[in-house]
Amino acid sequence: MNKLTINRRGLIKSTAVVGAGLAMPHIFTRRANAFTNEPTGSTVTLGFNVPQTGPYADEGLDQLRAYQLAVEHLNGEGDGGMLNTFSSKALSGNGILGKKVAYVTGDTQTKSDAARASARSMIEKDGAVMITGGSSSGVAVAVQALCQEAGVIFMAGLTHANDTTGKDKKANGFRHFFNSYMSGAALAPVLETAYGTDRNAYYLTADYNWGYTTEQAIREATEAMGWNTVETVLTPLAATDFSSYIAPVLNSDADVLVLVHYGGNMVNSLTNAVQFGLRERQKNGKQFEIVVPLYSELMAKGAGANIKGIFGSQNWDWKLENMLGDRYVGTNAFVRSFGEKYGFPPSQAAHTGYVQAILYADAVERAGSFNPCAVAEALEGFEFDGLGNGPTLYRADDHQCFKDVVVVKGKENPEDEFDLVEIVEVTPTEQVTYAPDHPQFAGGELGSCNPGA
Amino acid sequence: MLGLNKKDTSLFLIVVALTVFAPFILNPFPVGSDLAQFNAGYPDLMQRFLIFGIFAIGFNILFGLTGYLSFGHAAFLGVGSYAGVWMMKLLTMNVVPAILVSVVVAGLFSLLVGWISLRRSGIYFSILTLAFAQMSFALAYSVLTPITGGETGLQLSLSDPRVFGVSATPQGSIPLTNFFGLEMRDSAELALGGWLFTFNAGYYLCAVLMLAAFYVAIRIFRSPFGMMLKAVKSNQQRMQYTGLNPKPYTLAAFVISGMYAGLAGGLMVSMDPLAGAERMFWTASGEVVLMTILGGAGTLIGPVLGAGFIKYMENIVSKINEGILHTWFGFLPDGLEDFVVAVFYPFVGKGWHLTLGIMFMLVVIFLPGGIVEGGQRIARLFRRRPARAHERSVGAPSSSAAE
Repeated sequence: MNKLTINRRGLIKSTAVVGAGLAMPHIFTRRANAFTNEPTGSTVTLGFNVPQTGPYADEGLDQLRAYQLAVEHLNGEGDGGMLNTFSSKALSGNGILGKKVAYVTGDTQTKSDAARASARSMIEKDGAVMITGGSSSGVAVAVQALCQEAGVIFMAGLTHANDTTGKDKKANGFRHFFNSYMSGAALAPVLETAYGTDRNAYYLTADYNWGYTTEQAIREATEAMGWNTVETVLTPLAATDFSSYIAPVLNSDADVLVLVHYGGNMVNSLTNAVQFGLRERQKNGKQFEIVVPLYSELMAKGAGANIKGIFGSQNWDWKLENMLGDRYVGTNAFVRSFGEKYGFPPSQAAHTGYVQAILYADAVERAGSFNPCAVAEALEGFEFDGLGNGPTLYRADDHQCFKDVVVVKGKENPEDEFDLVEIVEVTPTEQVTYAPDHPQFAGGELGSCNPGA
Repeated sequence: MLGLNKKDTSLFLIVVALTVFAPFILNPFPVGSDLAQFNAGYPDLMQRFLIFGIFAIGFNILFGLTGYLSFGHAAFLGVGSYAGVWMMKLLTMNVVPAILVSVVVAGLFSLLVGWISLRRSGIYFSILTLAFAQMSFALAYSVLTPITGGETGLQLSLSDPRVFGVSATPQGSIPLTNFFGLEMRDSAELALGGWLFTFNAGYYLCAVLMLAAFYVAIRIFRSPFGMMLKAVKSNQQRMQYTGLNPKPYTLAAFVISGMYAGLAGGLMVSMDPLAGAERMFWTASGEVVLMTILGGAGTLIGPVLGAGFIKYMENIVSKINEGILHTWFGFLPDGLEDFVVAVFYPFVGKGWHLTLGIMFMLVVIFLPGGIVEGGQRIARLFRRRPARAHERSVGAPSSSAAE
């Protein structure tokens, strides 16, 4: 065993080490900023975190195009898009608060883990002061929680599940996209007029969070008008063949089939349903019908002719202003600049991304600071117009946007590959508004905003 | 030192030096420069290097020593993560109970899976483990949603009990993960000229555990137990004929590597408190196999290098987008610039899998021993050079004579 001996040399050495240790705090500096990633240079960095690979890559890439367009418009390049129609005039095309907008991109791979890793690298490495994007609810909820913890603002992209602004809502997170409840509330009256009040519905639901909340929303909305729910069946997310789930529908008493599926799942299940002759079927003396709660142009493209005449809901559609007039001003301005740059009309995923980026920039400009708490305060209760959805409210209680919901159906005779859905009706905001403590959204708390640092 | 022979001691010291000075080594470029894109010295990625390093070291104890190829190792990582988050929800935000419980739970789960799967060997064993992992994934993704949070993943909330801690901080947010008060997110920064180096508390906690894990792995490799495992790999039947039952050894190796995976999972949630089901998906299990093979299966340092390589590709190469390529090649004439960007674009950004695949093929074809073999070849090249130079000076006159 060593004996502890103190000699002159050892004493000097250890004194030097201790001295260096005490001097450390003077060499290492904590970032003395008021909040995470306070932009100090001439630029401000935004993080665009979208799926570039995986099942929702199409939506993600379209979102990325829209974000790039938004950055151009914020920096005063291009034709300005919706900045010209936006009701708030705080943005002048010289960046945000005079700082030029720069951006970094990342791949969420449609996985919570990868999305968080990508978002963390944007925050820790690139100094992003806001993260936006995401094409699935699981990812949105995961990244939202991360942003809350890190002290940056999260502007959610395509996320439809109630949980994002329901039980998993966060003070630093904001959602422009509509949600499951709104789909249910918007679809119910249309279904009532089209198919009557005496119907037996059979549900095939994708077996994950979004599926559960959407099925619940549609079920509650339709049961309230007199429909009867025959059966709800969960289908595995990875399933590609739904024949074994469609067959029991034929033997049941159902005369409506609700497919709570999204993306490739919905394309496959709908194809199977059509193959089984459900659309020609008569039951209980009524024509058999199929309903798809959440629609997108990309899905309509995948499903082809099978989607004709099938009802669903959307957050926005590029034909909105042309068909329904000035209330939806901004739509054409956005479609024009997007079309000029990329050569085709934008999807609803692209629209919500673009709008979120503009709304964030505007809130910073109005707040006069990039501090997340100031930005959150500027967004809370903010009423605006001219971004394509008509008059919209960012509700302070849950950070959800309230606006009209578009009910669509597959077009019978599409003119071209971009004209696949037809707008049936627009359900006004009042009909899709709910109390912040509605049971479908219960169980979460916003908490207080976190500026980090 | 520490019961290691001279060669292992120097290897261990090299790994210690690399981990301690990683914030410097991984940030070779000044912040403002174009090349800062390639800096990997930010907390999240550095933590990931170490965590996946632990995961791969553990996997290598099973695969490298016994030759049993488990295709379901991510399940143990996932189970460990869930256990860790539950500890944070129920007990405290201190990471110690989370990490300990992750290791124990993953160990128990691997005991169950191993006990069943190890009845078979070879491809049947791989398929059994794969089946278990996919079952775990499917359960976590949907059926067990109340326990695992389903698709969204298990996360903390303001209403969690946290008996030994607080449910919410006075400011009304969820408390952060900490090690006896030292927050894992906490970083000190050192600015030297244009360079910025970040020293993160969580990273150094991972570093300590990774070094401990690495040390234990060396001891296992050099122990009589490790010898038995190597015997299983070289010829299991012969081992049985000599009267030894390989099953307890393989099961022990399986459980040990499962506990390593659990440790990795526990650390992962300690750094970032969310456990998603995707980390149990079969591609995640495949990834650790890739890491081990890419780095060099059966070598001590190989898996760590492989893990670092794959995580670097995933986090750095995937973030290079078209705009960045354009700034790099901006000095070229317009037409040529577009052409060069078009050539490189498929290999970066969303195409990072493609680059990784090509690298993997090259390594497997030309360096079957992985990155470690590459390193050895280079080392040999340098060691031989003086000898060869001598040979050449001797041989030179004769060749000139032949002309």
